Amino acid sequence: MTGVEIRQAVLEILERIAPDEDLSDLDDAVAFREQMELDSMDFLDIVMELRKGYRVQIPEEDYHNLNTMQSTVDYLTPKMKDVPVAG
Amino acid sequence: MSRWLADCCACRSATSGSGYHSFRAIARVNVDDGPHWEKSTVHYDTVIIGAGMSGLSAGVRLAYYEKNVCILERHTTIGGLNSFYRLRKRNYDVGLHAVTNYAEPGSKGGPLSKLLRQLRMKWEDFDLRPQLHSSIAFPDCTLRFTNDFAYLLEQVAMAFPKQIDGFNRLVRTIADHDALNLDKRQATSARQVLSEHISDPLLIDMLFCPLMFYGSATPRDMDFSQFVIMFKSIFHEGFGRPFDGIRMILKKLVRHFKALGGHLKLRAGVSEIVQRGGKAKAVVLDDGTEITTDNVLSSAGAAETMRLVDPTRPMVRPKAGDISFVESISVLDCEPASLGHHDTIVFYNDADSFHYERPNEPVDLRSGIICSPNNFDYSRPLEDGRMRITALAEPDYWIDLPEEEYQQRKMEWNDRIIESALKHIPDFRSHVIDTDVFSPRTIRRFTGHLNGCVYGAPEKFANGQTPVGNLYLCGTDQGFLGIVGAMLSGITIANRYLLK
Ligand SMILES: Cc1cc2nc3c(=O)[nH]c(=O)nc-3n(C[C@H](O)[C@H](O)[C@H](O)COP(=O)(O)OP(=O)(O)OC[C@H]3O[C@@H](n4cnc5c(N)ncnc54)[C@H](O)[C@@H]3O)c2cc1C
Repeated sequence: MTGVEIRQAVLEILERIAPDEDLSDLDDAVAFREQMELDSMDFLDIVMELRKGYRVQIPEEDYHNLNTMQSTVDYLTPKMKDVPVAG
Repeated sequence: MSRWLADCCACRSATSGSGYHSFRAIARVNVDDGPHWEKSTVHYDTVIIGAGMSGLSAGVRLAYYEKNVCILERHTTIGGLNSFYRLRKRNYDVGLHAVTNYAEPGSKGGPLSKLLRQLRMKWEDFDLRPQLHSSIAFPDCTLRFTNDFAYLLEQVAMAFPKQIDGFNRLVRTIADHDALNLDKRQATSARQVLSEHISDPLLIDMLFCPLMFYGSATPRDMDFSQFVIMFKSIFHEGFGRPFDGIRMILKKLVRHFKALGGHLKLRAGVSEIVQRGGKAKAVVLDDGTEITTDNVLSSAGAAETMRLVDPTRPMVRPKAGDISFVESISVLDCEPASLGHHDTIVFYNDADSFHYERPNEPVDLRSGIICSPNNFDYSRPLEDGRMRITALAEPDYWIDLPEEEYQQRKMEWNDRIIESALKHIPDFRSHVIDTDVFSPRTIRRFTGHLNGCVYGAPEKFANGQTPVGNLYLCGTDQGFLGIVGAMLSGITIANRYLLK
């Protein structure tokens, strides 16, 4: 998957976890928490959705990389480069 | 830790190589091979005991993340303390007065939106409509409240002008208190905290009354964290109800769970949790079937669950609770509003002070809850009018009554409960077309909770752990109470231990 495809995958996960949020003008450089109501339960869900959908394992000490969309995509790009696009 | 002491010892001796338990374990190996022993071929990641609100919610979480999960329920239907039934061609809810923690569809933050997100369910799935208004009615003083907290503030300021500053301080203390921290729970008396802010015992009692009735496992006082949870869920967030009652939410949950690949077995009571070396290995059903599993999550109650681990020893601790209720349900030929009754719920107390404890008589007639399921903000009327009146009951009296006397006593006390509630509502008795009554005996029969206890053991096990390594508690005895609470409890414990 490319960076663009990974971004789309993360966006779909966020839509599933938080269907009441408007993600159309999400700023990739700003922390998710500052733009939407996400608590620690929701962050755990991002990790688990990635595992379920793409078989990527994210150890707990790496969770801080999921702070913004940009940092998430940067972190996931090497891990998901060989993952085929779902569907 | 000390409350588990008796159980820990029991576990250790059970695995020490001598004694009844290990003998049974050996015997089982032989029986396993025998012709009568049916052994389930499926092995589960997690077996959940109980298809109530907490068990179903935990099940959805686990199934969603592709865990192999099975919910086992002894009863013939789902729902537990909040189930539903049909009687003489009418639908009834077992436990539903109102869903607490109301929030407008689409709102963010708050327990309800949290649990919908976690279950991947939609606001429409719960279809909650808000209450009209409710009241706390004491001798010479009534406080009204709605789902708008500012209204309660006005009411307190009007009825207790000297207390309003203290009340505002209490509200700030509540806002600052982290009631959901599962690990650093310190028992603090809510009465103690309230008395630091409020000096009028009448106001203290009036605040306690609805919060205790809807969520206190302990008599007379509450743990402050539990007080905070109930205060927010009732006064800050408020009440709602689905038009079709609880059955709709339950059916949606089950459909969701099954669609995700979860298994649900009804008429499948667990009679034993087989453990070796401090780890649960399998559960044995009432019909002898053994199901092996990596983890067990039980919503049956702490004392009830530890009995399943070691049925041979009467459990010294943990203690089961004994707060239970009798409820009178009247079906009317008209809407309560047409008789002039518009309150959604009335919490009443006619005594000098409010007594929340196991009564000495069969029913404590001095206080109670009057709920009219019709009085929610619906766009069309319900099928019929309903009045539900609930009062504290003495469990042993109801459980020990001989069968032939039981029906008669239920109807006698039904009449007395209604009569005592008439101080607060119009006399609806000439409009009654059907009546049903339940007691602690009913609750025990259908949920297995000892004493027919509604809010579980007085001591909670917030982190969900037991002395058996891979056996966890959720629901009532984990400590989040009520419909929304139980669902969050199942979700929280599943997330914490069972999704790894
Ligand atoms: C009369 C009444 C009115 C209520 N009103 C409200 C209300 O208006 N609003 C609100 O929010 N809450 C209300 N509640 C409280 C709410 O219903 C409960 O807090 C909640 O449903 C508890 O869910 P639970 O999953 O923790 O436990 P339970 O519902 O008790 O679930 C436990 C399940 O486990 C099953 N079980 C037990 N032992 C075994 C075994 N050995 N093997 C297999 N299965 C077993 C039981 O049959 C049961 O189905 C009310 C409760 C009652 C009784």
